[in-house]
Amino acid sequence: MQAFDTAQLPRDPSSVRFEPGPTEDKLILSMGPQHPSTHGVLRILLELDGEYIVRAEPVLGYIHRMHEWMAEQKTYFQFMPNMGRVDYLHAMAWNWAYAGAVERLAGIEVPERGEHIRVAVTELNRISSHLLWWGAYLLDLGAFTPIMYAFDDREILLDILQAVTGSRLTYSYFTFGGVYNDVPDDFASRCLAFTKHLRSRLPMYRDLVTDNVILRGRCEGIGEMDVDLARRYGATGPVLRGSGAPVDTRRAEPYSVYGKFDFRIPAYSQGDAMARYMVRMDELETSCDIIDQAVSNLPDGPCSAKAPKTLKPPKGEACYAVEGARGKILVHVRSDGGPKPYRVKLRAPGFSNLSVFCELARGTLLADAVSILGSLDLVIPEIDR
Amino acid sequence: MSVSALFEEACTGLKSLFVGLGITGKAFCQPQVTVIYPKQEVDNLSTFRGHVELVGKEDDPSVPRCVACGACVKACPSDCLTILCPVPAKEGEQDAPVAMGPAPQKGSKTPGAVIVDFSLCSLCGQCAKTCPVDSLRFSDNPYMVALDRKEFRIDLMARLKRQAEEE
Amino acid sequence: MSPDLLSFDHPLTRLVVGLLCVFAFVGLNGLVLVWVERKVAGHVQLRPGPLHVGPYGLLQPIVDAVKLVGKQLAMPAGADKYLYWAAPLLAFAPVTVCFLPLPFDPDLAPMRLNIGLVLILAFSGLGVLSLILAGWGSNNKWGLLGAARAVAQSVAYEVPLLLAVMSVAITAGSLDLYEITGKQGGWPWQWYGVQNPLAFFIFLVCAVAETNRAPFDLPEAESELTAGFHTEYSGMGFGLFFLAEYANMIVVSGVAAALFLGGWQGPFLSGILWFLVKVYAILLLMIWMRWTYPRVRFDQLLNLSWKWLTPLAIIDLALVVIIKGIGG
Ligand code: SF4
Ligand code: SF4
Repeated sequence: MQAFDTAQLPRDPSSVRFEPGPTEDKLILSMGPQHPSTHGVLRILLELDGEYIVRAEPVLGYIHRMHEWMAEQKTYFQFMPNMGRVDYLHAMAWNWAYAGAVERLAGIEVPERGEHIRVAVTELNRISSHLLWWGAYLLDLGAFTPIMYAFDDREILLDILQAVTGSRLTYSYFTFGGVYNDVPDDFASRCLAFTKHLRSRLPMYRDLVTDNVILRGRCEGIGEMDVDLARRYGATGPVLRGSGAPVDTRRAEPYSVYGKFDFRIPAYSQGDAMARYMVRMDELETSCDIIDQAVSNLPDGPCSAKAPKTLKPPKGEACYAVEGARGKILVHVRSDGGPKPYRVKLRAPGFSNLSVFCELARGTLLADAVSILGSLDLVIPEIDR
Repeated sequence: MSVSALFEEACTGLKSLFVGLGITGKAFCQPQVTVIYPKQEVDNLSTFRGHVELVGKEDDPSVPRCVACGACVKACPSDCLTILCPVPAKEGEQDAPVAMGPAPQKGSKTPGAVIVDFSLCSLCGQCAKTCPVDSLRFSDNPYMVALDRKEFRIDLMARLKRQAEEE
Repeated sequence: MSPDLLSFDHPLTRLVVGLLCVFAFVGLNGLVLVWVERKVAGHVQLRPGPLHVGPYGLLQPIVDAVKLVGKQLAMPAGADKYLYWAAPLLAFAPVTVCFLPLPFDPDLAPMRLNIGLVLILAFSGLGVLSLILAGWGSNNKWGLLGAARAVAQSVAYEVPLLLAVMSVAITAGSLDLYEITGKQGGWPWQWYGVQNPLAFFIFLVCAVAETNRAPFDLPEAESELTAGFHTEYSGMGFGLFFLAEYANMIVVSGVAAALFLGGWQGPFLSGILWFLVKVYAILLLMIWMRWTYPRVRFDQLLNLSWKWLTPLAIIDLALVVIIKGIGG
């Protein structure tokens, strides 16, 4: 038999901190980049003692696409389609963050109707993101069926969004000053019908999954994180709200017309995977509420302000933060007065949320690590950008 | 924890398991939602956004509205569009065969060829948005399968002619 | 005078013929079960399942098998050649033996043994050995973790399983599956599963755990250990594990049907039909559970066994003994 000598393998630069190899009785395991529950190309180096995790360290960069650099090479308009690809699950929020930043920089006002449409499609997109997360998380935990039910509902929603934007996943729907095209006439009625349908499905979700004793056993008390820890790592979104701080950009720094709407911000103080799970499940309802309010009195008028065909914002810089499905998305644009941005900085919530993982995973079982990882709702392309 | 509480917990746990079985069991009896593709087709193709296509003139649908200004080519983030139009002949070369050059060309108001490379396109819509005469729009053609990358270079003029004939 | 070797009464002839029949039975039922599993999964998930190969996709498992056979058998570098290839065979071989004492019908007996139950339990316990070999032999860390899980799980679940079986054996006063079946009647209230539901329940849970089916599929635990002990197997190596899993399912369902559901007994239909109906009912339940629940965690699985099932099984056994003692 051919001798197998690991010393001959090229040294892995990302595991340098794990050198010089495991201590006695420990096992170094590379989870990912091709692993069923790292959802894409995240790689996590684990040092295991039996099945207990001694150390965990995420290794990033397998899907780094240089979005920020691309922004510097393209005009303001041309960078827009990139935003749908940063976080493909909540593309609308990224659309919005970038469009908002440039609008702030160039001083473009968005008409009322445009704002309402933006709110509606972003919330629809948030629901689709949460539904997918729900299904995928349960897939991580070994339940194969819920994702199909979630996709069944998500399909209705995607049909609505397709009628509006023409695409089903990587939307590029926002423009500076509003949205790309107006919504079809039956948009409002379809949205209302969908929220009604989703609300009627939520009890089924609860019975099938949330109340399930096995799921509770897998989530309750797993990956507990207090507010301090969450804040220290800059965690946002459901991860932060799951540890008891009801912080939501939509409420904390109301942008667009969110100030007009009446909605609840769910927060749970346990800080475990179940709390994060519950926050997202409640957010489905919150989003439904917002959609109802946004579309039931859709103002008339143009959906988009007239933006110049070649945009040259004045020298300066602007930031715009929106609440994405995964947390606070922030886009920072700096202009030198030319047709291309001087610098665009994208703040991805997943990156901060992932950093907490090293602390949460320490001392847990391998199966718990999968559960924690899933409960953080990571989208790897967004983390790597 | 007292024994009775323990058993109560076990009972609620067991109940939740049976409820779960009930839900999947009910789903088992429900009709399936799959659309089996070659036999059936989804019903929302009309809103699908496929590759871009040209819009014909009102009076002659086989001729595009395009005025060969080249704005769309410049707007496209991924350089997928190629618009060629006749290069005006130089003095004394009137008889030479007409050369094609990238739009815009002086004096030429109609495109000779409009080609979109769909393998590069991100369906962002910047081209359609920029076009001054609304000559570009999204088609609703979802059937894009090819054995060769070259087949994704779609000749839009030919496509427009075909569409006009079919009507 | 020993019977003629060629006559059907010779034990050796019976054994060979029985084994051949068992192989055919396992193969056929494995294929059918794969189809049933995928069809049920499909319908539970609102999709049609296999559809295109043959009527209702019936030929799909055969096509799958052909695909598996056609695949290259790969072995990772550094794997232990002998252990690596012995494992799938070892997974499959003992299961077939388990079919021999199963009472399909009062007249259809591959091999009638007065300790049939012990034989089945002993050989199905052997199955875990193959998982260990596969996990250890493939020189893969996921495999190793899967193997470690398999051992702990099998040790933990064999105890309540045996206790539950014992309570039935004591009630019937026999270890012969034929006799145990014969002691029950054709109607549900005459079944041990109805008379002693606790033992039936414990047996079912343990059976799911013994066969490594979701929600107790920890040794393979796809989303945690990629594929656990069979991560590295391709082609028929994987195919044998796959087949062994289904064969194991049939065995435990067969035992459950014989012990708790009156085996071949039932009104109107012939014996073998009743037996198969009952076996498939239990199989369907197992499939149904797989497509409903998330996977339990490892320590929860052990807790369930040691803290709940084992004590309950002991209590049940004690009750059975007392009742038996009182009743004479
Ligand atoms: S849709 Fe966008 S990428 Fe495609 S051709 Fe038009 S501008 Fe280019
Ligand atoms: S922008 Fe419109 S008119 Fe100009 S070249 Fe493109 S398609 Fe033709």
